[in-house]
Amino acid sequence: MGIDNIITEIREGLGDSLLSLKQKSDKRVYIDIPPQAVRETSRVMLETMGARFQIATGVDTRKGIEVMYHWALDRDGLIVTIRTMVSHEKPELDSIALFCVAAEWIEREMWELLGIHFRDHPDMRHLLLSDDWPEGKYPLRHDYQRSDEVAP
Amino acid sequence: MSKRTIVPIGPYHALQEEPEFFKLHVEGETVVHLDIELGYNHRGIEKLSESKDFEETIFLVERICGICSTSHPLACVQAVEDAGNIHVPERALFIRSAVGELERIHSHLLWLGLAGHFIGFNTIWMWAWRFREEVLNILELISGNRNHYGMMKPGGVRRDINKTDIPAVRGLLDKLQDPLKLFRDTVIEDPLIGARTRGVGILTSEMAVAYGALGPTARASGVAIDARRDHPNAAYEMLDFDVVTCENGDVFDKTVVRILEMFESIRIIEQCLTKLETVKGPVDSDPKCVAPGEGVGVYEAPRGEVFHYIRSDGSNRPVRHKVRAPSFMNVPTNRETVLGGTVADATIILAAVDPCYCCTERMAVAIDSHGGEELWGARDLIRLSCEKTDRLMKETGWRGPQPPENLFDNR
Amino acid sequence: MNWAINALTRSLNVFHLGGSACNNCDIEILDALTPRYDLERFGITLVGSIRHADVLLMSGIFNKKSAIRAQEILEQAVKPYVVVAIGGCPCTGLMFRDSYNWDRPVGEYIHIDAFIPGCPPKPEAIISGIVTVIEGLRSGALVPGCLQAPTPAEIELIPEVSGVGSID
Repeated sequence: MGIDNIITEIREGLGDSLLSLKQKSDKRVYIDIPPQAVRETSRVMLETMGARFQIATGVDTRKGIEVMYHWALDRDGLIVTIRTMVSHEKPELDSIALFCVAAEWIEREMWELLGIHFRDHPDMRHLLLSDDWPEGKYPLRHDYQRSDEVAP
Repeated sequence: MSKRTIVPIGPYHALQEEPEFFKLHVEGETVVHLDIELGYNHRGIEKLSESKDFEETIFLVERICGICSTSHPLACVQAVEDAGNIHVPERALFIRSAVGELERIHSHLLWLGLAGHFIGFNTIWMWAWRFREEVLNILELISGNRNHYGMMKPGGVRRDINKTDIPAVRGLLDKLQDPLKLFRDTVIEDPLIGARTRGVGILTSEMAVAYGALGPTARASGVAIDARRDHPNAAYEMLDFDVVTCENGDVFDKTVVRILEMFESIRIIEQCLTKLETVKGPVDSDPKCVAPGEGVGVYEAPRGEVFHYIRSDGSNRPVRHKVRAPSFMNVPTNRETVLGGTVADATIILAAVDPCYCCTERMAVAIDSHGGEELWGARDLIRLSCEKTDRLMKETGWRGPQPPENLFDNR
Repeated sequence: MNWAINALTRSLNVFHLGGSACNNCDIEILDALTPRYDLERFGITLVGSIRHADVLLMSGIFNKKSAIRAQEILEQAVKPYVVVAIGGCPCTGLMFRDSYNWDRPVGEYIHIDAFIPGCPPKPEAIISGIVTVIEGLRSGALVPGCLQAPTPAEIELIPEVSGVGSID
């Protein structure tokens, strides 16, 4: 399937949730969606498009916390990155782990390193950091200071 | 209702090179549940990357893992090149593929040795690592170091392969043929290895797809994904190779996939060497800066697809660097594969995904859940695994694989 | 010469304690036991329990999570033992010192008797380091840290047990 057909299919599947689409090259596509459309968009990619969940990336920016979901379409050699933005004051998203088992661990990691709260996650607890890591201290945020830490 | 006990393996366990903590919940001898606790290897590499410039990041990223020390830099430079639209000369692509495939051979031999050690066949460990030394010799000849090669940079590679070194590399490929055939035939035909690995730790293809499993773990279950073919990078578009898959997804299939992949790697390296004899030109396009943008780099490491994401703002440091190693997707599949198996098999099942915790992150004991009394310690679990092999040896009268007479001649 | 140290150097039991390592040093240590270098012919073997160990090989930076477990394990070590830091990580922390998960230099909670730097040190370097340690022990130039007076930090770690003394 050519990349143009794939993009058309994605546009149809996402409908109004698709805020913008940028085709960086014939192998990389970047799409923006609103935060409330995360679950529905992920279902479209997983079930309709048959994509493989690669990983999710969280980035702390001035405007808010950006979360990108990276999906691979192996048959076509394409990686589609679906991006959304949540505010620093209320960093919440719906968890996709209930129907996408592959996302379970990365949502735990994004919670503990960036402070994003994933609603309805089946098993939210620390993955990498120790259980007594001070609450509210998120290492990947730009305002994180090492001297803030409580000594072990 | 039978008593349920918890068997923790780790964090410091004689079987494992790295600390990680597995809690097996056991009823009688059968495993009913697995908890995995990580974090013992987490060094905060993604955050460190933001304070390093692009060349230093490659140095840092190389030290994510000692065994995949080409895979991570290769995926990282590809992400940087994708972000900044940086061109890579053709000769550099062939060198990248050749070094990557040499790493695949040494990594699979390493795993084969450790798998033999876990089952109780230390001979296989010694043989596999003996031949692995030859591969490391060639890597030292090409790159200057046995591990942590320092070959990759955005825009190309740091060192060229001299014409005078190519015959030595070819010599290695010839030397490896007989031992690899021996390993292949041993694993397929030996009844003891078969008894310990066939039907053990099965991962169905549906589960492999649901968990997003990668590399030999997925290919052994029949899921034919391979980043070399699906997301062509380095020189793989110009090379001819097969993607090896099996059907059952048990430990036996995972072993067979890795061994057969080594033969494919030899084929790929041979093609790269032939091309390097004719393709001339620079090996580095020497980019002066990385344009603002974002990029994704993927590479098929020995364990599966490595994923790096780089965001650049035009300065000399990445704004964000995301690293995802294949073991991050493969290790959770253990939750499915250990179920229904025995404690003696748990150790080889957990090892069969070829876990690399240092990649995954930037410990097993059996406790009586009622009384808290420790039933099996960590060393007991290795002992259980080796005792099972001894028991099978007595039952079948088979003493294990014997080497052919001329295997160690002229070496 | 202390007869116990002499006996120790004849056949070393090595326990490897890796804390947040990239594994390269760990693999090079195992490499030293495989046929090309074959340290087992000198009686050097890897053991699975720290209680059987004569030499503790430490690799990695020991992050916040693994440092606590490592300290618990180190308390179980039986004197006399020699602590050797393998690789650049336990020597200096390399580039991981700035990480949020960095705990503290390994030398602060256990006395390191020998450093084998490298990233990773080649098996030849590891062998050379071990030989230097053995010669140092035999000549008396190297006195294992466990037999020296404990530092204040170490005193805090020593359990309150009577009869814990030197082996002389």
